[in-house]
Amino acid sequence: MTKLKPHLSLGGIGVFAVLLLAVAPSVLTDHWLSNLGKYCCWAIAAVGIGLAWGRGGMLVMGQGVFFALGAYSMAMHLTLETAGDGVPGFMVLYDPLAPLPAFWEPFRSTAFTLLAIVVLPVVAAGILGYALFKRRVKGAYFAILTQALAVALATLVSSTIRETGGDTGLSDFKYFFGYVLNDPANRTMVYLITAGLLVACLLVVWQLYRSRFGELLVATRDAEERVRFLGYDPANVKLVAFVGAALMASIGGAMFVPIVGIITPAEIGAAASILMIAGVAFGGRASLFGPALGAIAVGWGQSSLGSTWPEGWTYIIGLLFIVVILFLPKGLSSLPARFRAARRGPGEPLAAPAATRQLEGVTS
Amino acid sequence: MDALIPPLLNGSAQGALLLLAALGLSLTFGQMGVINMAHGEFLMIGAFTAYLVQQVIDSSDLSIPVALPVAFVVAGLFGLLLEVSIIQWMYRRPLDTLLVTVGVSLILQQAALQIFPSQGVPVEKPGWLDGQLTVLGYDWPLRQVFTILLATVCVAALAAWLKYTSFGRRIRATVHNRDLAETAGISTRTVDRLTFFVGSGLAGVAGVAASLIGGTNSTMGAQYIIPAFLVVAAGGIGQLKGTIIAALGVGVGLSCFAYWTTGSLAQVLAFILVIVFLQVRPQGLFTVRTRSLV
Amino acid sequence: MSTTSKRLRTLVAAGAIGTTVALVLAGCGAKAGDETPGGSAAASSCVDTSGDTIKLGFLNSLTGGMAISEKTVSNVLHMAADEINASGGILKKKIKYVQEDGATDWPTFAEKTEKLLTQDCVGAIFGGWTSSSRKAVKPVVEKNNGLFFYPVQYEGLEASPNIYYTGATTNQQIIPAMDFLASKGVKNLFLAGSDYVFPRTANAIIKLYAAKLGIKIVGEEYVPLDKDDWTTQVAKIKAAKPDFIFNTINGSSNVGFIKAYYDAGLTAATTPIISVSIAEEEAPAMGHEVTGHYASWNYFQSLKTDTNQKFIDSWKAYPNSSGVTSDPMEAAYISLYLYKALVEAAGSFDVTAVNAAAKKNAITFAAPEGTVTLDGENHHISKPGHIGQINASKQFDIVWSSDAFIKPDPFLKGYDWFPANVRDQLVKAAG
Repeated sequence: MTKLKPHLSLGGIGVFAVLLLAVAPSVLTDHWLSNLGKYCCWAIAAVGIGLAWGRGGMLVMGQGVFFALGAYSMAMHLTLETAGDGVPGFMVLYDPLAPLPAFWEPFRSTAFTLLAIVVLPVVAAGILGYALFKRRVKGAYFAILTQALAVALATLVSSTIRETGGDTGLSDFKYFFGYVLNDPANRTMVYLITAGLLVACLLVVWQLYRSRFGELLVATRDAEERVRFLGYDPANVKLVAFVGAALMASIGGAMFVPIVGIITPAEIGAAASILMIAGVAFGGRASLFGPALGAIAVGWGQSSLGSTWPEGWTYIIGLLFIVVILFLPKGLSSLPARFRAARRGPGEPLAAPAATRQLEGVTS
Repeated sequence: MDALIPPLLNGSAQGALLLLAALGLSLTFGQMGVINMAHGEFLMIGAFTAYLVQQVIDSSDLSIPVALPVAFVVAGLFGLLLEVSIIQWMYRRPLDTLLVTVGVSLILQQAALQIFPSQGVPVEKPGWLDGQLTVLGYDWPLRQVFTILLATVCVAALAAWLKYTSFGRRIRATVHNRDLAETAGISTRTVDRLTFFVGSGLAGVAGVAASLIGGTNSTMGAQYIIPAFLVVAAGGIGQLKGTIIAALGVGVGLSCFAYWTTGSLAQVLAFILVIVFLQVRPQGLFTVRTRSLV
Repeated sequence: MSTTSKRLRTLVAAGAIGTTVALVLAGCGAKAGDETPGGSAAASSCVDTSGDTIKLGFLNSLTGGMAISEKTVSNVLHMAADEINASGGILKKKIKYVQEDGATDWPTFAEKTEKLLTQDCVGAIFGGWTSSSRKAVKPVVEKNNGLFFYPVQYEGLEASPNIYYTGATTNQQIIPAMDFLASKGVKNLFLAGSDYVFPRTANAIIKLYAAKLGIKIVGEEYVPLDKDDWTTQVAKIKAAKPDFIFNTINGSSNVGFIKAYYDAGLTAATTPIISVSIAEEEAPAMGHEVTGHYASWNYFQSLKTDTNQKFIDSWKAYPNSSGVTSDPMEAAYISLYLYKALVEAAGSFDVTAVNAAAKKNAITFAAPEGTVTLDGENHHISKPGHIGQINASKQFDIVWSSDAFIKPDPFLKGYDWFPANVRDQLVKAAG
């Protein structure tokens, strides 16, 4: 499993890149292209979840927190760009004379915004991860803690209406770093940047997985104590994966804003965080492409099935969780291997002990 | 005193409800390691059961006392169904139970939305809960006192059941060492099922209490699930006394913050405090001593 | 690592980055300052009016938390469409509606609006409930020059050329409620709301008007939308000893509020509540505790008019009907008929023609609440103000009504207590 065929995977990334960057823009309508862009944002976050959860065994249920850091950094900048010198419209009502909140001020600067999108999640995840992993918080505790953080942040954002737009969120952006967002050409450009970032994240993860670090990460997931006995500090290994996942979530969040045109606390809370997990579980948590493809599939399902049969979609996503986790814990991407194993006959199970052991090792 | 007594009184009732919601989790999560995200929906099932009982027994004076055991059984049966159909295949990967039950919770919520009137249903409070006690010159609504009594009874019954009955002994034996318990002739399958039944049933009881406090509708369970998990985690796995203290602590904390600041900020502060506490003391308030490394 | 794979890796990485950069650069469009005045390039409409049908979009949350409220609005829109089709359609074209689910998620509202306008090419969109959903839809309909009909009372201070508002603005619901309180001799008022834009804005306006009326605000409390537990806040209300509560709580949280209120020994006889979000749909889920309290609306099921009786009868006979009618439902019902009247006055489904017709003619519709008149400038409608008191069967006895239909005034221009500098800033911010 961990022995990826490097050429094959790399070729896969190449094909994926061509599909996203060249084929999609030429065949899809503007509407579906921007939808695909939205799924790509989730997919970027999902690639990170694959890294932390699939490879690192940390069930990150609160990626909404880091998604929010990127998204709100970007949204504050775009809101200020639209408002010009003045105070954004939604702030006027609650206190017409008060100045812009101090923490908004630096987001006028393009450089600061771009830096914040990268630095904020790294610092936040670094501090949080350090505290948690050094104290050996893991398994369900880790999952519930991260989810509680997402709930807390979403509640905080909802209640600070003047500072963050509250439940309504931030929307109605006119410009993206000087470019008019309404122009279809510019929207395509924003899409291409997002898709390009997704491909870049895949390349990074591909490289990580075949590095020594990747081996160590999987070892930590499967047998943390043994890694410790071998002289490594599992906390550091997990920290790197966790920070990487946070960074990707933040990048996904940042691009979500110009593509979708709105960010609200609902996109960063518990339900949104769980939906991100759904895609990863569906596609295959530990595989290279699984998380990204799963996230895109779930996003597409939401847009299309959610349209034709909204009640049904809720049941489907519920059933998806149950069926996939119960019968296909390694996601749809494990199907081909399963078929091959089935054809090989019952006498030769495919590296089964390792496959199941991994998942057991996830638990504390 | 004006700033202290009212939030203490309200907070202890809020804590009692949280305790009721967390009690079942402390069994299924604490004793069995199953992370049941559909626990909130079992609570919802309890609340809807209270409504249905009220359709049969017209007088709310009588229907609520009847609804309590009925809700326990109904929610317990739903729990049993979940255990038999899904959970039993997953004891070897508890973290995945979290995701599977997220799916169950989505389905139950949507089903409730379609079965019952979308605005929710009314559950009438019994007449004998109208009125207030006077404590130190402050009014204490009888309904809040009732929640505290109900939580006390449930905790006492659960503790006695775990300690003095043979089933309770079997559960504790299974928790301490599953393999050894099986060797000693305990059917761990039966123990698992029974534990899950009781744990889910307790959520049903909590649902009846919740139906007297807020709305009975499809989304009601969602607001309890994360706080309840935090309470169990902060209390320490498998520790009833830890769960009790943590629930009361969170309830009183929530109420005090809400009294001193705003309702929204109180939620945020309470969550942050528990998260910080768990960073300082990840094993929770109390721990079971084991010989295992992790 | 073999050299071939290294080379391949570099090649793919460089290729991907190179292609992206090239595509991005080639794709650059207009920069700030370049845009042509008077709208965007994407505004050309794709609405197909050649056949004997006209496509309309219905957009409400059918799943998620807001489905609780929005499902009936969606159902009543279907009923109105069936009625219009049975009587010949709009400009002799039958309505073919596309139903979309907003899923209680504001970005989904934006996505579905764009889908309805650019993929389905609908003539207009009807629906929404929360102010947040409207604010998510607004930039999208403005960008695509579409039409959105919004059927729920809201906090005002908005007048988009692409939105028609058939619910009340503040001067048709909040201000009549305050006038009613003043007529009751209320001196001390407490404000309780959910923590989001409508209650915060409504309360900001209430505080301004209360100062003018000489009513003292003795406290203000907010609880998150998804939380039902009001016990602590009610203890604070009790301690503040108000004469009346102004309630802007939304959804299921109302049930928790009323229950905690009753638990604490507060009743409609001692400290009544006036609500702006509890209607015939919500009241039955609240138990007997809600009886005797008040609500401010523009429509009640108990209104005795022939058009209302007809509306109630057809709703009761409609499949999946809840049996009761409420203000948001009636406003949704109005919205579709208003669109029909607008299109027929314009003689065209074209958005610009429809807006021009709204300005030129005084469009009216004989609604269940009475004959409403559209204000072509601000796209709101005139409405009567009513205060109802909830009776034991969860219907409303009307206890107070405004003298005449109240003209819509979303920016409160006719009210001298509303600070002009705030209005100027808001109008400017609204564009």
